[in-house]
Amino acid sequence: MSTEALSPWREAWRVFSSNKAAVLGLLMLAVVAATMVFGPGLYGVSAFDIAGAPFTAPFTDPKLWLGTDYLGRDVLAGVLIGGRATVLVGLSAAAVAVTIGVTIGALAGYFGGWVDLALSRVTELFQVLPALLFAMVLVTLFRPSLTVVVFAIGVVAWTGTARLARAEFLRLTHLEFANAARALGAGHLRLMLREILPNALPPLIVSATLIVGAAILFEAGLSFLGLSDPNVMSWGLMIGSNRRNILECWWAVTFPGAMIFATVLAVSLIGDGLNDALNPKLHLR
Amino acid sequence: MSLLAVEDLSVEFRTRRGVARVLDRVSLGIERGQTLGVVGESGCGKSVTALAMLRLIASPPGRITGGRVHFDGRDLLALSEDEMRQVRGNRVSMIFQEPMTSLNPAYTVGDQIAESVRLHQGLTRREAIERAAQMLDAVSIPDPARRVHEYPHQFSGGMRQRVMIAMALACQPDLLVADEPTTALDVTVQAQIFDLISELREKTGTAVMLITHDMGAVAEMTDRVAVMYAGHVVESAAVADVLREPLHPYTRGLIACAPGARTVAPGQLLDEIPGTVPSLVERGAGCLFAERCAHVQPRCRAELPPHSEPAPGRTVMCWLHTQ
Amino acid sequence: MSDSLLAVHDLKVHFPVGGGLFGARAFVKAVDGVSFDIRRGSTFGIVGESGSGKSTTALAVMRLVPITAGQVHLGAADIGALQGEALRRERRRFQMVFQDPYASLNPRKRAGDAVLDALNLMEVGAPAERPAQAERLFTQTGLKAEQMQLFPHQFSGGQRQRIVLARALAARPELVVCDEPVSALDVAIQAQMLNLMLKLQREFGLTYLFISHDLGVVRHMCDEVAVMYLGRIVEQASRESLFERPLHPYTRALWSAAPSFDPGARSRAHRIRLQGDPPSPRNIPPGCRFAGRCPHAQDACRSAEPELRAVGPEHWVACHRVDDAGEARYG
Repeated sequence: MSTEALSPWREAWRVFSSNKAAVLGLLMLAVVAATMVFGPGLYGVSAFDIAGAPFTAPFTDPKLWLGTDYLGRDVLAGVLIGGRATVLVGLSAAAVAVTIGVTIGALAGYFGGWVDLALSRVTELFQVLPALLFAMVLVTLFRPSLTVVVFAIGVVAWTGTARLARAEFLRLTHLEFANAARALGAGHLRLMLREILPNALPPLIVSATLIVGAAILFEAGLSFLGLSDPNVMSWGLMIGSNRRNILECWWAVTFPGAMIFATVLAVSLIGDGLNDALNPKLHLR
Repeated sequence: MSLLAVEDLSVEFRTRRGVARVLDRVSLGIERGQTLGVVGESGCGKSVTALAMLRLIASPPGRITGGRVHFDGRDLLALSEDEMRQVRGNRVSMIFQEPMTSLNPAYTVGDQIAESVRLHQGLTRREAIERAAQMLDAVSIPDPARRVHEYPHQFSGGMRQRVMIAMALACQPDLLVADEPTTALDVTVQAQIFDLISELREKTGTAVMLITHDMGAVAEMTDRVAVMYAGHVVESAAVADVLREPLHPYTRGLIACAPGARTVAPGQLLDEIPGTVPSLVERGAGCLFAERCAHVQPRCRAELPPHSEPAPGRTVMCWLHTQ
Repeated sequence: MSDSLLAVHDLKVHFPVGGGLFGARAFVKAVDGVSFDIRRGSTFGIVGESGSGKSTTALAVMRLVPITAGQVHLGAADIGALQGEALRRERRRFQMVFQDPYASLNPRKRAGDAVLDALNLMEVGAPAERPAQAERLFTQTGLKAEQMQLFPHQFSGGQRQRIVLARALAARPELVVCDEPVSALDVAIQAQMLNLMLKLQREFGLTYLFISHDLGVVRHMCDEVAVMYLGRIVEQASRESLFERPLHPYTRALWSAAPSFDPGARSRAHRIRLQGDPPSPRNIPPGCRFAGRCPHAQDACRSAEPELRAVGPEHWVACHRVDDAGEARYG
């Protein structure tokens, strides 16, 4: 037999990289990321400055490719830099949501009994709260800043992950390899982190990717409603501030909208590809 | 004429590492009313043989690459899919290892037995349910008139396997293929199922093909046995002959290494077959058992041995027995 | 028995089931009063069918399920009562081989790390020597050192079971609890594994608690055997005595149900047929637990539960219909 180690993660990458849609998603995300990291520096125009006459249509002024909005701000500058806030908030909020979700789900699934009972009720409580409304309340209670928005989204988006983590831990805790580690004298923390978590990761990673997409949309929604930091340009803010003039300058809404669409689509495609690649039933053994 | 004669049946599976020849010119036969045991370890091709006979190999990745399956005078491999459906479940039926997953949890057992009867024999629903109750009675399920309206989860593992047998025998098939029917069951329940199959065979004259890894079950249940190894039938003969005097070194090893055969005293080391089953993808030119065989000769590694017939009704695929 | 290593006394494991907010709490009495002693260096077998409680007994001895009542002593240590760090330290002395080699290794951990982690967790030897020790365990169980970097899915079932054995032997335990160690393996691989276990037992003076449903395997491996039915031992004896002269009707039924390699030696007419399946350990009938399926049950059997009592040298049976001299008073 071969003595070359076949790591399950490398095996997953092999499946992922042979999935055309997933690779396309990865490419799209790379383009979006490059745009917002390098775009503003190369373009050198501030998204808040008045760059020309208001309502300049795209492709009519050679200096203003995507035209200007109702205040005369350069739409291209906004599109280039607006992704930073949106994606940053999306990623951080997803990180917050996954951390809360995995912690609560893991404790509930691992310990079971009354711990599970209590944590599951808490999860259900958050699940039935109307998410957007709750996030809006949180943001309005505090001064709208990126940090507040991140936590507001994180606090409403963790329940799905928690339920998933609970189910995985519940299943894995009673498998023989966990018992084997117990028989060797492994403590709770070691069992949860070293034995169970690595095996629970694949579905959690998939769910985390989907949360990133959802969080991006959430951030856009909050900005659209004017509940985000007004001093930070984001795609949602662009759409929100131009929404009253949508007929006069459709471009100021369409281009950031298209970027949000492309980003979320890319993330979803990646999530889908990960789902296939990390599903052990499909290819291990 | 034999009820079933499989000749040179070959099956390939496409895998990531290459093409695996899962069955290589497998030949076996069953007379009417007889019981044939097909025995071997996992991966030897015993289940694939049964599936290929009934053309139930998933394709891709599997493919029947050659051979004939004569069943009651017809070559099953040459039939149309419609004709084949008339054979499956009607003239040849199959039971599997997992009685839980083989039954549909959403329908009553009566409906499931009745369905095949209605499909193949054109009975009305009422007649079919009645027939289903008769079948439950035939497999010794108490209170059949009531239980025919119950769902699979209301039956225990052993009872579910009885239901499977009832379903399989409802159309009075000529051949029952039983693929590890008792592996998931307890010993005492296994004994009940074996008794039931034997009884029904005597009563109805149905031939049985019992696929198993357990030489003990073969000794107990069957008239003839075909021993499979890595896609070949390496030995076939009457069970008593094989147990008294196994010819192929693999058969000998299979019997000697089973603690139940008690060829060595308790606590002493068992006779091992060293090594593991070879890969079916990168197979060499010679005998596939050569690497594990105690009697290996240079010739074994170079050339695949032919099927020879050292005695009437007995075949073996080994260079030790080719004169 | 002065050289007893493991002494189990009146062990009970009851699992609560159901009992939601309003429902009454019921118990599955998986193990319900089991006692046995294992001599140092010997192999003690427990046979039984599903629901007999044999695996739960193994898990209780390993302290992997909560013990409801009873004592478990390993030598002088009261391992049934130890908690926390004291239990963790004592675990070096008793280890386990599990049934399913596909579930008992962490799929995301390299084979070598599974053994190395065991050495680290149980603090065997100096940290610097542990990699070499892991390598030694690998070769002792018939694996190659270069396979240590592979992942479990790259091994066959038999090889995985060897890794599990290497892991169990990491701290040189005195007792190895084997729960159906070969039932997931093919016959030829089974023989290799059984031989390996026999060799290691001789080499290290191991004591095995061997759980199996396979009578052939139990007969081959065990010096003393207990037959369990619905959470109780119904018969216990030395190998010779139990297999040559089974006394309990259940033991006889079990023996006669096992396929024999002797074609035609035992006609089906002689088989003791048991009706139905074992009852569920959720609602255990009063009296003898086997009475409902026993072909020889009388009224007394259905009212009073028989105690396990000695009926001969190294032979105990729990049956009203066997007399004190070890004669079956039935059919």
